[in-house]
Amino acid sequence: MMHKKQSMLRKGALALALTIALTGVAGAKTFRIADQGDALSMDPHSLNESLQLSFTGNIYEPLVARDKQLKLVPGLATKWQQLNPTTWRFDLRKGVQFHDGTPFTADDVVFTFGRAAGDGSDMKSYTNTISAVKKIDSHTIEIVTLAPFPILPDVISLVYIMSKKWAEENKAERPVDKRKGVENAASFKANGTGPFRLRSRDPGVRTVLVRNLNYWDKVETNVEEVVFTPIGNDATRVAALISGEIDMMQPVPVQDVARLSQNTNLNIMQGPELRTIFLGMDQARDELLFSSVKGKNPFKDKRVRQAFYQSIDVEAIKSRIMRGAATPTALMVAPGIKGFDLALNKRLPYDVEAAKKLLADAGYGSGFELKMNCPNDRYVNDGEICQAVAGMLARIGVKVTLEAETKGTYFPKILSRNTSFYLLGWTPGTYDSHNPLNALMATPGASGQGQFNLGSYSNAKLNELTAKIASETDDAKRNAMISEAFKIHQDDVGHLPLHQQALAWGMRKNVSLVQLPDNFNQFKWVTIK
Amino acid sequence: MTTAAPTAFQRFFDSDLWFGFRTSPVAIGAASVALVLIVGALFAPWLAPHQPFDLATLSLMDSLLPPVWIGEGRFEYFLGTDDQGRDVLSTILYGSRISLLVGLASVALAMVLGVGLGLLSGYVGGRLDAFIMRVADVQLSFPAILIALLIDGSARALLPRDAHSDWLAIGVLVGSIGLANWVQYARTVRGSTLVEQSKEYVQAARVIGVKPWRIMMRHVLPNVLGPVLVIGTINVAQAIITEATLSFLGVGVPPTSPSLGTMINNGNNFLYSGEWWLVVFPGLALVLLCMSVNLLGDWLRDALNPKLR
Repeated sequence: MMHKKQSMLRKGALALALTIALTGVAGAKTFRIADQGDALSMDPHSLNESLQLSFTGNIYEPLVARDKQLKLVPGLATKWQQLNPTTWRFDLRKGVQFHDGTPFTADDVVFTFGRAAGDGSDMKSYTNTISAVKKIDSHTIEIVTLAPFPILPDVISLVYIMSKKWAEENKAERPVDKRKGVENAASFKANGTGPFRLRSRDPGVRTVLVRNLNYWDKVETNVEEVVFTPIGNDATRVAALISGEIDMMQPVPVQDVARLSQNTNLNIMQGPELRTIFLGMDQARDELLFSSVKGKNPFKDKRVRQAFYQSIDVEAIKSRIMRGAATPTALMVAPGIKGFDLALNKRLPYDVEAAKKLLADAGYGSGFELKMNCPNDRYVNDGEICQAVAGMLARIGVKVTLEAETKGTYFPKILSRNTSFYLLGWTPGTYDSHNPLNALMATPGASGQGQFNLGSYSNAKLNELTAKIASETDDAKRNAMISEAFKIHQDDVGHLPLHQQALAWGMRKNVSLVQLPDNFNQFKWVTIK
Repeated sequence: MTTAAPTAFQRFFDSDLWFGFRTSPVAIGAASVALVLIVGALFAPWLAPHQPFDLATLSLMDSLLPPVWIGEGRFEYFLGTDDQGRDVLSTILYGSRISLLVGLASVALAMVLGVGLGLLSGYVGGRLDAFIMRVADVQLSFPAILIALLIDGSARALLPRDAHSDWLAIGVLVGSIGLANWVQYARTVRGSTLVEQSKEYVQAARVIGVKPWRIMMRHVLPNVLGPVLVIGTINVAQAIITEATLSFLGVGVPPTSPSLGTMINNGNNFLYSGEWWLVVFPGLALVLLCMSVNLLGDWLRDALNPKLR
């Protein structure tokens, strides 16, 4: 006992000395950030969610990366070319080491794509067009796609490369799967090639990254250590920023933007976000899991879906709940996403009487009961939006029981499709409309299409178009097909789009960083004066 | 002047307890505040200007209005509205109903459970006594709120997934707070039972062959109830706070039918943005409710303690 204590003390002293030494030399800075929720796992393939991908994107790297303008730049691949319409060759960067010192080779890439396409992965919608990944030599690989797929480099920019050796040693060959309660070492440890290393991980409390001193590229940051803390309560998060306990937070609660902007110590960065917030409905089951209607599924009737759509007053949500920091939308993609069609961005009118009539025509004149699932720490004012929607639906006779909960329990629930009516937000990770068509609207299939189509909306024509859009190289034709697919989805009322939320990051005046419209925060671009 | 036996009513008004109450300004003050709040909660459907739990009557466009004496405040929303357009005054009235219901019901549950087990433990003794008291020891070493969170969490996980309603949520709350608080009663009652059962009247009952069950219920129980009532009164306030804490942590009642704790939790998000009425008024109601019940309990303890008279 005594011995152990002493050794711990000695270790502590050593760590302290090291820290002091490091700080002394480099003028090292610690960057302390807070978000309203935690990154649920350090496994880059376990959840296709912006915060998790943004955070792990500082530890792990893709083959093809993005610069400050979101343009594709070489990451772990130095160059790539299309050998024929379905075959791509990638030259891998030489001399790169993982954080544990293992050299990076083609084997790691082959392993990673197998893992990301395999059982338990949440990244299948990025890999479902790939039929094979072949090793040519130690630093060359080829990716073969099922059909011509011109946007392959865009799509794989979110597939982060893991070390094969490390994954095998840590028994983390398969992704962490929260739906099935599968956990493994990749949730708590990490071994990437990125500019930061994971030092410690305390889920829901504190995650610490430190600079990777062996990083292959020059980085502009002077941050040596990043401390990430989830702070769910709005007021607490704001207080932490004002008092200087943290250097940066996201999101700034919409109700506090005006007041914080006047604080001379703070800088509030606002911008449009590419994220679309929408509601989804179970349209596949013959009877809803959570509803008073038995023996049939009201959401199979388009009139019911349209009644829901027309009963929702998005302008009131925008002005009251979002305090203006939202753009109501009729489309599942934001302006700025390739394929966005302004002509289609016209919402059905907000009309309670019409909605009531539609519901009555469908045979639900006296309404019904329904459970709604909602996160309360993922999107800007998500819980409040759901409450407001519940109130609006009450006016057409639909009695909603709201189950608002933290995303740690929410995501596993809705991803295993244990829901009848849910709220979700989506940023196309590829900045292209094919991504939401493939992940949100296509009929769910085994290889990964429709992986986030949690209500199983299904239209054969849309599936067909999605496949064609994937291979089309002519921009005009491609955009026309995207518009056609969006029109089909709109006419079907496949989902209920609400709005694009606005980005609001708050930081101390001495912090400068790059705010990407997909809400990603790359620490390699952060400097602290 | 009649010589008939005094009715229970007369007996009460002639008692020391009533005299003590009449002459204690603190007790009268606390009782009136508690009475006002309880009446307000009981008659909420008739007193409240709005029906905040009826989602169809809410209008988002009326959200975040200040109290009537400030700027845009309107008389129909006397204490202002919250972010969903709910009238704060009405929500407090309805919310205190849930708080009081959970408080009283969970104390009743804890009392029945605690008194029963304490009586059994003290009277039967032996292994059963040892077992119950060890369980109590273990539970005492955890704070009540942790136990309540644990029970609440497991109940939600175990219940069928489509069983999700306001009443069920309230039931789970009552159960978890009740189960977290039975220990105090059990300990107190066991101690008193040990003392009582060696007294002559119990031994006499035993000698003439009265059944143990009857001795426990008819002879021992009435004599150990005094301290239980005092603990009960004080615990009501504690249970209300536990409910508020659970709701504040987001595991209590659903957000569409808020209790005081849910309201404070929600209002807390607006602390820095100037909408102070969202947290101050429900907070005030909670403080007043708990303080008045506590003061009453305190007074009751002193009044029932012959040494302090």
